[in-house]
Amino acid sequence: MVIMTEDQKMIYFMKRIVAGEKIEADDWMPREYRDTLIKLISMHGMSEIMGALPEKEWVPKAPSLYRKLGIMAKVQDEMGHGQLLLRVVEDLLKPYGKTRGDLMQDLFNEDLKFHNVFHMETKTWADAGLIGWLVDGAAIITQTNMLGASYGPYAKALQRICAEEVFHAQHGEAIIMALAEGTDVQKAMVQDALNRWWPSLLMFFGPESKATTGTSKQEATIRYKIRINTNEELRQSFLDKYVPRILSLGMTIPDETIYFNEESKEWIYQQPDWAEFRKIISNNGPRSQARLNLRRSSYENNAWVREALSAKVN
Amino acid sequence: MSNTEKVLSVEEREAVKALLFQLADDDFLFSYRASEWLGLAPHIEEDVASSSITQDTMGHSAMYYMLLENLGAGKADDLAHLRPAEERRNSVLTERVNGEGYYMDTPQYDWAYTVVRSYFYTQAKKVKIDSLRNSSYEPLAEVAIKVNMEIYYHLMHWRVWFEQLLSSTEDAKVRMTDAIKLVMADFGDVFSYGDQKEAIERFDIIATEEDLEENWILAITPMFEKLGNDLPVVPKNAERNGRNGEHTRDLVEAIATLSEVYRMDLSASW
Repeated sequence: MVIMTEDQKMIYFMKRIVAGEKIEADDWMPREYRDTLIKLISMHGMSEIMGALPEKEWVPKAPSLYRKLGIMAKVQDEMGHGQLLLRVVEDLLKPYGKTRGDLMQDLFNEDLKFHNVFHMETKTWADAGLIGWLVDGAAIITQTNMLGASYGPYAKALQRICAEEVFHAQHGEAIIMALAEGTDVQKAMVQDALNRWWPSLLMFFGPESKATTGTSKQEATIRYKIRINTNEELRQSFLDKYVPRILSLGMTIPDETIYFNEESKEWIYQQPDWAEFRKIISNNGPRSQARLNLRRSSYENNAWVREALSAKVN
Repeated sequence: MSNTEKVLSVEEREAVKALLFQLADDDFLFSYRASEWLGLAPHIEEDVASSSITQDTMGHSAMYYMLLENLGAGKADDLAHLRPAEERRNSVLTERVNGEGYYMDTPQYDWAYTVVRSYFYTQAKKVKIDSLRNSSYEPLAEVAIKVNMEIYYHLMHWRVWFEQLLSSTEDAKVRMTDAIKLVMADFGDVFSYGDQKEAIERFDIIATEEDLEENWILAITPMFEKLGNDLPVVPKNAERNGRNGEHTRDLVEAIATLSEVYRMDLSASW
């Protein structure tokens, strides 16, 4: 067996990446690749779990038996995605001797962040529909972009997640359509939800470049073939797909300046407040601390259960 | 559904409806309380598993409400969302809060209570479903066959939790023992048909209260023998009988939450 130096391993690894091969959990990988994946997937996994909290607020209140069943299934899926993704991260963390418990602590210590959208308040039932339709719609765009990710276990988890997200978007769209075609109060409710969520939806894809927020994972993730497109390209795809649909439901885009530039083939739109974005993702959004507290307190409150399950009893 | 096959007498129809309200309201409230746990279970795997049970249970209540709708009792969604507490026929056990605090704030829910309530309730439901599979009211027998397929897994799930927590740390045992007392204090109306006892038992729609209770005790006995714990005793006279519309403040508050959006506009489609 030929023993390779670190440099040779790196050259071989990059050859595999360029050739489109899948890297598996036990394969050699450079630290930067492992750390990028850990950061990306733990943030994705924790966002699924934190993302269950704004929607769960509407589960008991869902306005019919049918909607109650639908939203229960939807939120359950999100928790399932969280579980699937944390399992992928757990394997990556092994060489560092870290576990899922450490990830929870990282979340509580605020070292591990979650997606900007899940820091926001939900005010009406329309928000529950809008999250399903447009937040999951945005997630489908970013996640399908990584379906061919070079890291095999992540790509496999994403296959299943994306398949379910399509149902979620349809579930959300059905709620929105009922409201958009409903009474004046319902129509106003859905427009109000869109107005409030619009900046968060634009922010969802992240800033165009690192210059905006100081850090960005996009260069490394593209170099290692974890994803294909840039943040801005993904945001443009979102606008391509959803602006016409929003308009066709009789709603207005809460940005008077938005238009499609036929020459450059791109949407020109009002930039969201990126200073606000930085504030939100550093856990200073409207509901950041309340949701973290809910997660912390339920974790502490149930500590006795985890202890009981792991106790060795004669 | 073959509910057109047999023409029911007025008395029989009323008896079927009385029982259906009890079954529907039980599962509806039980599922509602479970749904408040969503996202907050002791670990992520449990969150996924128990929310699957919660969905199934909501589905069961929806089937019972549909049978009521078919019997002319009103629209299923109205029955589930609009009836005030005094018209509800669920057992008091199913309406009790999961612990301290409102689900929208930072609740301190009690997992031991949830495990005990879920195991005892699900076992009681299983005993009822076994009887309902032979119900004289065929549409209900058909629903019972469907429910039976799912409840097998629900029961297994809660039995595992019950046994594990009662075979573990001292702290867990104390919490579970306290929870058993709390749950049993509300068990007096679980097998009761309230003031509809005579009507419900007359038409072979379901077994008698006494038979159901006996079967429940038989079903849980091996677990208690294995753990070396005393068998729980079903209280003879319930302090409040939910089957007669006697409920707690917890139910009034639950109804206000679960119907908040539905009530905004009753003529709207959601």
